[in-house]
Amino acid sequence: MINSQKIHDGAPIRRKSVRNRRKQFAGLLFIAPALILVATFFVIPLGMAFWMSLHNWPLLGRPRFIGIDNYVRLTQDAQFWSSMRFTVYYTVVVTIAIFAVAFPLALFADKAHRFTKFYRTAFFLPVVVGFGSASLLWAWLLDVDSGLFSPAAEYLGLMAKRINLLADFDTTFWSIIIMVVWKTAGFNMIILLTGLQGISTEVQEAARIDGASSWQRFRRITLPLMRRTIALALILSVSGSMLAFDQFYIIADGGPQNRTVTAVYWIFSQSFGSFRLGYGAALSMVLLVILVFISVVQLRLLRTPEGM
Amino acid sequence: MSARRSASARHLYASLRYNGFGIVAAFLFLAPLAWSVLVSFKPSVEARQPPLPPWPVDGFSVQSYENLAKYGSGIWTYAGNSLTVALATVVASVTVSLLAGYGFSRFHFPFKNMLFVLIISTVMIPFQSILTPLFLILTKLGLQNTLTGIVLVYVTLQLPFSIFMMRNAFDAVPKEIEDAARVDGASIFAVLYRIMLPLVLPGVVTVAIFAFLASWNEFLAALILLTDQNKYTLPVLMAAVRSGQFGTIDWGAVQSGVTLMMAPCLVLFLGLQHYYIRGLTAGAVK
Repeated sequence: MINSQKIHDGAPIRRKSVRNRRKQFAGLLFIAPALILVATFFVIPLGMAFWMSLHNWPLLGRPRFIGIDNYVRLTQDAQFWSSMRFTVYYTVVVTIAIFAVAFPLALFADKAHRFTKFYRTAFFLPVVVGFGSASLLWAWLLDVDSGLFSPAAEYLGLMAKRINLLADFDTTFWSIIIMVVWKTAGFNMIILLTGLQGISTEVQEAARIDGASSWQRFRRITLPLMRRTIALALILSVSGSMLAFDQFYIIADGGPQNRTVTAVYWIFSQSFGSFRLGYGAALSMVLLVILVFISVVQLRLLRTPEGM
Repeated sequence: MSARRSASARHLYASLRYNGFGIVAAFLFLAPLAWSVLVSFKPSVEARQPPLPPWPVDGFSVQSYENLAKYGSGIWTYAGNSLTVALATVVASVTVSLLAGYGFSRFHFPFKNMLFVLIISTVMIPFQSILTPLFLILTKLGLQNTLTGIVLVYVTLQLPFSIFMMRNAFDAVPKEIEDAARVDGASIFAVLYRIMLPLVLPGVVTVAIFAFLASWNEFLAALILLTDQNKYTLPVLMAAVRSGQFGTIDWGAVQSGVTLMMAPCLVLFLGLQHYYIRGLTAGAVK
């Protein structure tokens, strides 16, 4: 101890600056593994994706540079645009549905009751189950012969005979909406709950004493003060839904009549079904631009001060 | 007296309404999970029928699990693949983010902020859009169709979250603690391992849980990057079973697979809920 003290006191300034430089170097070493991973498995692939999108790139054989031909072609790709339209439609519907369920759940879970913690955990459990597992579970529930919904409706006399829910676009679509709401409402509930708990009880109490009804308090105090949290939950839900794949692949296989093929699904089938890697990369670029645009909007929304 | 009684009656009514809603809603969220677990214990013949009632009528049976075990090269191969991938992702994510979090929190070096922002901003880019080049890069590295390859991809995808968590964890530890240890002559790694690690352990647990759940459940990248059937993880195998690649769909076996996939997630979450929610809200509060 005494020894090291002495070195400290006696260290000339030049030695200190050498040590600082060495310390700088050490810092870079600490982050090196992370940098190598991000460079190899993110930055380079990103550059490659753009490079590939300018090529006719088969899985085997020589890639051929074709400039923006892939991009020209995708403007005429009817299936791509119908997947895009379907993905946006799905995103809008599922986001509204998730909020319609998650907001009441958050208000419910914000109260301090004896069993509140149990309810919160129950609502949240489907979140930790993977989308793959959840899709396989609901694929069974939706099955016409061995599943739950159709046979149960028949037993209860709601329907004259069993109908195959996955044979028709609307029933497939709404079944998947319900499944996704079941799976993700708990997640959005927790996000909204953090916003609710950030509102001081004094403000609410003061408004109550002033005679504001509970609807007025929700509308005039809770909602404006939760703007940032709502924006966050909204953006997470929108960007997640724009990238939907698992549930449509596993439950519906893109059907009926390819009408539930999402954007990611179409990119997947072009790249790894038809092995048109260059064309798939061009489609990916379009999706990427849309998602980055959403993220930029998110950052701007989140930066605005609370309540403005 | 009567005023007090009516107040307590009102209280009772409010409590009944609250718990009534709570029980119905909790049932709706838990029922599908319970239904799947219950059908997986029905005898095969019964599992083919609609699950009404949901519990096994002809006694519990592990027939569905026996059928599940027979798919492809045996369920233990696939469960082993999934477990290997998940545990390796956990270990690598924790190690890489522990080092990087320490580096970003405690050192000054050129372009530090720029590099931090670069790593964090990769969350804005959907990994779904770079899967094709990833496939080619892994092929070049000889890692295509290997568990190592997919682990490296998963670790990279987890990095923004992991490093963000770990840097915050290190930032919360006062500098004086490690300065004292350094003065005592301990090496930088000894300080990190013996002094700092216990102090940032909550952050490490959060990083580990998220790494486990993400890699255990991931489907699309595994579907693309693992082409050899022996390398499949559980979600890829089960999706193949569902699509009929192994003959007529045995729903009992599929649900036993679902149960097998759900169990570690549920156990992990229920056991370490506090750390999980902390990770979830870290982004929401910031």
